[in-house]
Amino acid sequence: MKILGAILSLRKTGLFGGIIGGAIGAAFGVFLTTTIRSLQGLSNEWSIEADSPWNVIVLVVSVTFTLGFLIGVGSMTDWLKWTIGRPGSDGHYHPRKGKPYWHRFLDMDTNHKIVGIQYGLLGMIVFLVGGTFALIFRTELAQPGLQYISADDYNNLIGLHGQVMFVAVLLGVGAMANYLVPLMIGAQDMAFPRLNGFAFWINVPAVILLLSGLFVGGFDTGWTAYPPLSLKAQLGMQLSLSAVFILGFSSIFGAINLIVTTFLMRAPGMSLFRMPIFVWAVLATSLLQLTATQFLGLSFLMVALQRAAGLPFFDPVLGDVTLYQHLFWFYSHPTVYIWVLPGLGIISELLPVFSRKPLFGYSFIALSSAGIAIMGYLVWAHHMWASAMDPFLRIPFMLTTLLVAVPTGVKFFSWLATMWEGRIVFATPMYFTLGAFVLFLLGGLTGPPSALVVTGLHLHDSHFVVAHFHITVFGGFIFAYFAALYYWFPKMTGRMYSETLGKLHFILMFVGFIVFALMLFRMGLLGMRRRIADYDPLLGSGDFGDLNTIATIAAFVSGFSVPIMLFNFVYSLAYGRIAASNPWRSRGLEWQISSPPPELNYSELPQIVGNPYDYGLAGSVYAIVAPQDRAKDQLDQVEHPEIAAGGPALPAPAAGD
Amino acid sequence: MSTSIIERSAAQQEVAVAHDTHDEHHGHHIIEFTPQQRLAMNRLGFWLFLISETFLFSGILVARIVLLRNEDGFTRPELDQQLGLLITSILLLSSFAINFGEVAISRGDRNIFLAAFGAAILMGFVFTGGVVYEWSIAHDSPSESIEGGMFFFMTGMHALHVITGIGFLIAVWWNGYLGNYDENHWGVEASALYWHFVDVVWVFFYVALYLIGNVPHHG
Repeated sequence: MKILGAILSLRKTGLFGGIIGGAIGAAFGVFLTTTIRSLQGLSNEWSIEADSPWNVIVLVVSVTFTLGFLIGVGSMTDWLKWTIGRPGSDGHYHPRKGKPYWHRFLDMDTNHKIVGIQYGLLGMIVFLVGGTFALIFRTELAQPGLQYISADDYNNLIGLHGQVMFVAVLLGVGAMANYLVPLMIGAQDMAFPRLNGFAFWINVPAVILLLSGLFVGGFDTGWTAYPPLSLKAQLGMQLSLSAVFILGFSSIFGAINLIVTTFLMRAPGMSLFRMPIFVWAVLATSLLQLTATQFLGLSFLMVALQRAAGLPFFDPVLGDVTLYQHLFWFYSHPTVYIWVLPGLGIISELLPVFSRKPLFGYSFIALSSAGIAIMGYLVWAHHMWASAMDPFLRIPFMLTTLLVAVPTGVKFFSWLATMWEGRIVFATPMYFTLGAFVLFLLGGLTGPPSALVVTGLHLHDSHFVVAHFHITVFGGFIFAYFAALYYWFPKMTGRMYSETLGKLHFILMFVGFIVFALMLFRMGLLGMRRRIADYDPLLGSGDFGDLNTIATIAAFVSGFSVPIMLFNFVYSLAYGRIAASNPWRSRGLEWQISSPPPELNYSELPQIVGNPYDYGLAGSVYAIVAPQDRAKDQLDQVEHPEIAAGGPALPAPAAGD
Repeated sequence: MSTSIIERSAAQQEVAVAHDTHDEHHGHHIIEFTPQQRLAMNRLGFWLFLISETFLFSGILVARIVLLRNEDGFTRPELDQQLGLLITSILLLSSFAINFGEVAISRGDRNIFLAAFGAAILMGFVFTGGVVYEWSIAHDSPSESIEGGMFFFMTGMHALHVITGIGFLIAVWWNGYLGNYDENHWGVEASALYWHFVDVVWVFFYVALYLIGNVPHHG
């Protein structure tokens, strides 16, 4: 009965209102477009082929559906009131009678912690969907020949896997940035809380649009949607193009919010070079998201308009197909830095805590994020060695690509030096951090062979590149994100996860993934093409079948470790031990207050008086948090004996040193 | 930079939240921002938005440079030059009206503000009408030549922003009519900034569509 009541109460949530609003918006869009088209004497015949008149209707419906959803959720209420000159709400949470607390996660909410968790939950759902797609087509690849799915389904699944995961990772970045940045800089919330809630809710209709593409024929272009193939793809292409375009608004609004928050809302005393490294990383990521996203939107919009209205941008005769690739990669290369920069920030954030040592070369790490972001703009054409681009351009782009290794190398040497002679604490977040370190290193080392023109042309479109990309994103984002989830779980929920299950998750995921990646590297070197449903096992050295079988088993091991984490979190949320407010004895601001943090984080702004990462330096102080904000159980209870041993890991400097 | 740009003083108002949620034992205090701090945040946020938009329109200009080209150099669509000059002048004049109105409201002169913004809204409609008329008499079809396609795309993307801007101006005009603006008139400033931005974009688009290159000889 209790569960039934909870389900029935869903009708009072913003999500339900959004779905109703979206349905009304979609119906209105269909009615409007078909009516206008009928009056013009144009056909509205239903078809999912590339030249279907529904290409136009889908474009309009995407907009009306999204607007209807956002109005229905309540994310635009205050702005709509403003346009007619009425005062809006005060923008803060007020409990309403008959509405349980958990409804906040399904309502429009302005609190950055709620928004961060909303991003995380939606991101996890989308991540599981994308992962399921991957496991399905990975099963198909296990043996040569077509056993389980058709070649068309295979093509649809690889394309959707790419775009869905793309969204999942951006949502994960949003989760970490929104939850952590205001806490870390000692602010009560983001600069524009309403815009923050709005930016989250844009994602929901966009994800619905993206996935509904599966039911109208999907798209068989791969995630890159290159024309002229994307001009010939079925109606699912149009849905995916408009969904990704709409997602761009979320990225841009979120980036504006984070940049303004970081620049103007830091606690007194927190100079730029006293910010936590993660905040630096989010700042660099946000600058990329703010600017480059427009180019992805532009390239997808141009394809969508050519499909809907025949504007001949990428027509092989009238237009220029290569232009699409330039516009597309001008966003889509920086986007991998949008993903990995926050992940690398997490590694820099966690290593000092679990090595009990100061972060080595703080300012270099901080500026290397900015360096990677700037370099990120200058390398896009290295995805186009095999395109119609002028071959001369390969050389400058090869050089800029190799230069990315410099700021990235700065990070690696700094991490090594941070761990050097440290007292390393092997907790689950540290396992994931070290796993991220190893995987990202392998991803980095396989970069130059792909970047050099001589080898890159051979490796182009092979499984080597697939493996390089995936190992980089797993190291740079996925493992770091999971490290962050475990690390901040006690802060978010006030309870401790199970360390045993956490380690089991790590071992399965790490071993499974690294075996998978090594198989793909080998296959790619031997000439296994990407994006093909079937292959000749006798090509290469004649062992493609075996390599693919091992890769598939390894992918399953890696994939099925994720439910262990979800079980761990759900179980611990209900039955886990009550966690101390600062189980890692971290110096971070957010660890000085109670868990979970109160509604407004700090009732008085903390004073920053020192450097954030001086672990083990006797007498060093980072911040003074107001007494009424401090958690009451300060340092009573820590998780690991190594941390509990306390005291400086480094000998305190003698007087006169 | 040794401290954050905004130093919050002890004089800041503290407002207790009446409805405390799950944390009764220590009270919640919203640390309110001063109007100056709020304005600085709004300004930075809005300028970042304009920077983002700049990338969109630069991308479109890049596409124009790449696509409208043949062996003789740049090409352009065949357009009515007088009409183009006329609507461009009207749009540029509207920016003067906007500025006039913004200065007026900062002096507290509501009537001049309403008249100036009203005139700008009107000029915005005339401009949009001019673009639509240009569409109806366009020489190139949008799908049969790249010049036509690019013309419809660029003017369409710009007109979309002009229409958004008109909506923004109307909302601000209405709020001004209701007397919601005094020395604190961020809404007026934001709509004016947006309008100037759309205007500057048109300066580039006008040059790119009407002035640069030659009309290609078809057939």
